[in-house]
Amino acid sequence: MTEHLKPKLLVVGGGPGGYVAAIRAGQLGIDTVLVEGDRLGGTCLIRGCIPSKAIIHAAGEFESMRHASAKGLHGIKLSTAPKLDLAETVKWKEGIVTRLNTGVTGLLKRSKVKVVSGWAKFSDAKTCAVDSSTGPVTISAEHVLLAAGSLPVQIPTIPFGGPVVSSTEALMLDTLPEKLVVVGAGYIGLELGIAFAKLGSQVTVVEAEKNILPLYDTDLTAPVKRWLDKNNVTTHLGAKAKAVETGKKGTSLIVETADGKTLELPTDKILVTVGRKPNTQGWGLENMGVDMAGRFVKVDDQCRTSMKNVWAAGDLVGEPMLEHKAATQGEMVAEIIAGHKRKFAPAAIAAVCFTEPEIVSAGLSPADASKAGIETVVGQFPFAANGRALSMDAADNGGFVRVVASKGDHRVLGIQAVGAHVSELSAEFATVMEMGAVLEDIAGTIHVHPTLSEAFHESALKALGHAIHI
Amino acid sequence: MGRFVFKLPDVGEGTAEAEIVAWHVAVGDTIKEDQHLVDIMTDKATVEMTSPISGKIVELRGEPGSMAPVGAPLVVFEVDGAGNDFEAKTNGAAAAPKVAKTAPPPPPKLDQPKPAPNAEPVAAKAAPVAPTPAAPRKFGEKPLASPAVRQRAQDLGVHLQFIHGTGPAGRISHADLDGYIAKGAPTGARPSAALERREGVDEIKIIGLRRKIAEKMQETKRRIPHFAYVEEVDMTELEALRAQMNAAKRPDQPKLTLLPFMMRALIRVLPDYPQINARFDDEAGVVHRYKPVHIGIATQTPNGLIVPVVHHAEAMDLWQAAAEVARVSTAARDNKATKDELTGSTITITSLGPIGGVVTTPVINHPEVAIIGPNAIIERPVVHNGHIAVRKMMNLSSSFDHRVVDGYDAAMFIQRVKALLEHPAMIFMELSGSAGVPPALPNN
Repeated sequence: MTEHLKPKLLVVGGGPGGYVAAIRAGQLGIDTVLVEGDRLGGTCLIRGCIPSKAIIHAAGEFESMRHASAKGLHGIKLSTAPKLDLAETVKWKEGIVTRLNTGVTGLLKRSKVKVVSGWAKFSDAKTCAVDSSTGPVTISAEHVLLAAGSLPVQIPTIPFGGPVVSSTEALMLDTLPEKLVVVGAGYIGLELGIAFAKLGSQVTVVEAEKNILPLYDTDLTAPVKRWLDKNNVTTHLGAKAKAVETGKKGTSLIVETADGKTLELPTDKILVTVGRKPNTQGWGLENMGVDMAGRFVKVDDQCRTSMKNVWAAGDLVGEPMLEHKAATQGEMVAEIIAGHKRKFAPAAIAAVCFTEPEIVSAGLSPADASKAGIETVVGQFPFAANGRALSMDAADNGGFVRVVASKGDHRVLGIQAVGAHVSELSAEFATVMEMGAVLEDIAGTIHVHPTLSEAFHESALKALGHAIHI
Repeated sequence: MGRFVFKLPDVGEGTAEAEIVAWHVAVGDTIKEDQHLVDIMTDKATVEMTSPISGKIVELRGEPGSMAPVGAPLVVFEVDGAGNDFEAKTNGAAAAPKVAKTAPPPPPKLDQPKPAPNAEPVAAKAAPVAPTPAAPRKFGEKPLASPAVRQRAQDLGVHLQFIHGTGPAGRISHADLDGYIAKGAPTGARPSAALERREGVDEIKIIGLRRKIAEKMQETKRRIPHFAYVEEVDMTELEALRAQMNAAKRPDQPKLTLLPFMMRALIRVLPDYPQINARFDDEAGVVHRYKPVHIGIATQTPNGLIVPVVHHAEAMDLWQAAAEVARVSTAARDNKATKDELTGSTITITSLGPIGGVVTTPVINHPEVAIIGPNAIIERPVVHNGHIAVRKMMNLSSSFDHRVVDGYDAAMFIQRVKALLEHPAMIFMELSGSAGVPPALPNN
């Protein structure tokens, strides 16, 4: 027998856009149903941000033990080389995922959100059928929030399968590939490529653009490039991955280099990270009558689609495909449905690359600002002059903090940093951007000694023309 | 080039501070001497401030609604020549970092390993204003405001784009938003359909004239024990006379309303009731009984109630009084009344004209002690000379300060006024002395 549900709000997708919206809606007393076919948590919790951070952390630990066993590290010496059991590492990572997944399930329950486990298929904008684990369910709702997320893009000539993996499978390998070719030097490819290099794989990176991390300026990416070079990670820039060949000797990736030569890269695994695409196929989106904006679902600044009372959030609606953007949009949609006045108009959405070293960026780069015709002052301060960085091996990787401000009124237009552990500086950067701070606000804030954040303070002083420690 | 700082001058009458009502210029404007800069409101009146100098405005200090003490800088000009501000930097926009650099460093307080350079307080000492005066926002430039301010603006349906931010780099604060709303900002409420349930409460900050009215009404009602007295007056004869006079008037003469007749009647009677043409300084415990009759004319203006004054009404004939009423009330409505035209009344008339209602209980214009409120003239059947006749009847409402005016005297006063209004020829009889005014006639 088919169960019929008629909630006020139907949320499609249990990722950060969907589950946050559902929790907030529940808090606001909105009768809410959430449909998810996989475990709750979405890409972020299950196969993205969190699992990759766990692997990256484990890789870092392994690397420092390797250093300690090889030549000693700050007087610490291990008598034997560390051994990696990747299956154990992945199991530990899965433990974290399970814990978060259970947490989300509990939060939804506490907010009185009904979770239907299965894949939704829409017949019209407000009605879907779910072949759920407990039998067929039809749901018709007053409001529908689409938060179906995104999927890895595959290269047609190098389809996923066999040795060709996406980030999802790369995070579930139980044996370490001796050789790994990463196609696409964006943040996902480099984060995982660097982690595998630290774990002991021989990693080669193939990137079609002229630079690694092409979304960032070369000043910011230079320390990462430096790490790759120093750690024997070969990078082929301006190169195209053409095909996979499997012969008696094993698998190779055929690459056309920048100067037109053909290379054959023998490898065990090929990790393809050439981007993600919104998940728009196979669940009846085409029956809902919503307008598209390119490959994304078109929404306004309140996440309304072209169909009344159908909303969309997160990766489905455009770049940046970031958890914190999706969650913010989801929360906002719930509040708008509850009658609040909200708008998605952030001053900046900070983004982090958990590469080695890390990169964080909020707002405009110096080049963005000059492209926008704004006269700027830029203050840059190296971690080499920061005591805390020196004390944690974070000073000699070329890292720095850079603040970009308008020359006329000193308003902060953008902040970037590259260096070990700088991801944690993102909170202050985002706050400064949202509060509309000027350089004098940062200069006038006492930053705790000894921390990496002092480098931010100094960068503002530098922009004002009077840095102390440089 | 020098800087010239225009400070709020002493606007007189012991005024210590004044409210900025509206700016008529903006930062970046080049203005001429005597150009209208700003409207300032004291306890007494709104005053137009004009520029003492020609130059370019680099800074305006204070938002509409804020109070400025006498002597406080209001406007900073960039002028040819030396100006009058020799301490400040000539370039306001670049002042902050430069001042921070050249000012002596703050004395190290403790044995800190690293004295934190704290640019802003130093700069603030040197120039007690925002270090970076905000230029007007360029088209398409995103307004700078914290998330809380942005959310509140959205809740209120206000577009931040239109708000001038007083913070560094033109950052919009909660106070800026308050000021904008208080000025009557257009909010984005959609026109609601009939029977649609409406939500929300508009928060209107009481500033400017409305604040003055609120304070004055509160003070008056708190201090003065009012008593009201209402009498009905047969206006048939006066209305006939008024119609006659308006028909026969010269083109250059103003049209006569009831007001000048009322004024003349009061002026005839008041010398016998000196306690009513008075101002009571209750703090000093002194009643000032005035020989001249300065009549306040309560006037509704677009901004609210204002009471312009016809000074020395006792020395005006009917036509002069009518002309003066028209002049001062027009000035008040156009926000052009001078301070003198808005102060000094000894008694006030408040008339709602044709919509005057049956009875009012007018609030005395403190520190006066009496207020007269004629109500609407209505044709009613009354007993007149033993017959029922249709007469033009008017109620005459009034309130008195019972501390200094006794009920009997007030009633007698109104009866005398009634007698004059009912027999209007007597208003104009040149009788020697007040004794010639007859006592109230008994009702027919």
